[in-house]
Amino acid sequence: MNRESIFKKVAFSSATLILVMLASIFVMLFISAKPAMQEYGWHFLVDSSWGKTIEVKSDKPLATQKSTTKKTINDENLFANEDSAIIPLSDGGIEDSGQPKNTITKIIYGGFIPIIGTILSTLIAMAFAVPIAMGISIFLSEIAPKFLIKPVGLAIELLAAIPSIIYGMWGLFYFAPIVQDIFGGDQISLLTAGLVLGIMILPFMAAITRDAMNTTPSVLKESAYSLGATKFEVVKDVIFPYAKVGIIGSVILSLGRALGETMAVAFLIGSVFKIPGSLTNPTISIPVVLANNFGEASGNMMSALFYLAFVLFVFSFIIIGTAKFYFLRKHR
Amino acid sequence: MAKKLIMDIKDFSFRYAGAEKPSLMSINLPVHKNKVTAMIGPSGCGKSTLLRALNRIHDLYPGHEYQGKINLLNSSSGENENILDIKKENDFIKLRQRVGMIFQKPTPFPMSIFDNVAYGLKLAGIKNKTILEEKVVSALQGSAIWTEVKDRLKEDAMGLSGGQQQRLCIARAVALRPEVLLLDEPTSALDPISTGAIEELVTELKKDISIVIVTHNMQQASRLSDYTAFMYIGKLIEYNKTDKIFLNPKEKLTEDYVTGRFG
Repeated sequence: MNRESIFKKVAFSSATLILVMLASIFVMLFISAKPAMQEYGWHFLVDSSWGKTIEVKSDKPLATQKSTTKKTINDENLFANEDSAIIPLSDGGIEDSGQPKNTITKIIYGGFIPIIGTILSTLIAMAFAVPIAMGISIFLSEIAPKFLIKPVGLAIELLAAIPSIIYGMWGLFYFAPIVQDIFGGDQISLLTAGLVLGIMILPFMAAITRDAMNTTPSVLKESAYSLGATKFEVVKDVIFPYAKVGIIGSVILSLGRALGETMAVAFLIGSVFKIPGSLTNPTISIPVVLANNFGEASGNMMSALFYLAFVLFVFSFIIIGTAKFYFLRKHR
Repeated sequence: MAKKLIMDIKDFSFRYAGAEKPSLMSINLPVHKNKVTAMIGPSGCGKSTLLRALNRIHDLYPGHEYQGKINLLNSSSGENENILDIKKENDFIKLRQRVGMIFQKPTPFPMSIFDNVAYGLKLAGIKNKTILEEKVVSALQGSAIWTEVKDRLKEDAMGLSGGQQQRLCIARAVALRPEVLLLDEPTSALDPISTGAIEELVTELKKDISIVIVTHNMQQASRLSDYTAFMYIGKLIEYNKTDKIFLNPKEKLTEDYVTGRFG
């Protein structure tokens, strides 16, 4: 009995630990991001200026302004963004001197560009990876001759295990020129980053999708064949509907992975705060902003970075949560 | 020949891919038209293997070896065709539409009840909705499941009970109007009441369709079938009219099996 209760307690605390970790990460992100949230509010999500120095017309000294309520600051920010001239940033930042007496400059941060960069690079990756991953898994679960199933399956699992930085290097030195040859534009671009991201999640997605498809009972396939179905029809009408939940799950898990991917994207996306005019322009994504800027960040910028991290966290959480919800609902 | 044979298995041997010994050796077995032929025997005797050769579902997995002949009567031309000669995928599809199959476990597809039955018909190229509907309804009626499902045709077939699912699968196969229906232990996963319903259905179906059934249940074989084949370790030991096999077997082995001395 005693051992039983120890066993239960150990299992219980292990399970609790994970919840505590999740909650503490959430709380930490939220607390650190709070100053930026108060400063910029929801507008942060659609504001495309990052680290821009702007003039704030105000009689109040800086210190007072900081202590005013959230609402007025937000209003002032909106006002300032709309019609104040943007002064090119000189090195000093907030404490920059030499301004007219009644004008305060401050640096504002908006997350629109990295958010858009993250979403677009992920979408490109998914658009590239989903069809190919489906093709691979259909081939492996239905079409491939026996002697090919093992080696190809193994190769896919190995590919899935390659560290992302290697994909980044390969992408930068070998893949980017090829992309440029085909699509033009810059080598370092949203498109290159998205494609390499797609290549990176491809094996992962293919492996899980294959496993999901392999759970289709063979009698089910056989009975479709014995009604005179072709391979394509069996895949389309029996395997896909049967493995649907698992396939969607694999896509969403890969999506979560693509959203948070840092290294491979950092190599390829260009790290510039610019809305990409076309797919072949460079831009930046949330994880890359975080990786590049934490070193020298302080104050508002630090908080803005945490705000971005918080956005990414919530975003991934929603996606994985949706996937889980889908699984649970289907299994009932 | 006085009695018509729909299928005729001649000197048939079968070896699974990679196996050293053949699983079936020189089987000779006639399948009479519009009769029920039962295959009995202990586990591993090869009866399911033989059944699965009759619509060449084995060929979904490569590397198996066939020898001998399995003739299928072409009722329009009256000629026999050796189904072991089939090589093209199109011909396999045609064969499987003529020789349907029902498995041990019910295998409803993940779609609605209506779509399940309509599936084979759609594959066969029937697109006209009224014809489709007519055929589905008549197949469901013919499979003694119509009254239970007529109000829920649009519901997921997975929601039916095991016995209903199995009858749905039979309806699905019957909808294609096959000449032969192969049943691979169709009731072994079902309760006695569902089993009774399926057995009744089989007796009903043989008016139009020739039936080959593999069963572990000897009472079932004796109740249902007109002819019985007893198999043992890859060989056909005895084949005869069912009452002869059960009441007056020629072989000692058959007698021991049907009287329950081994198995």
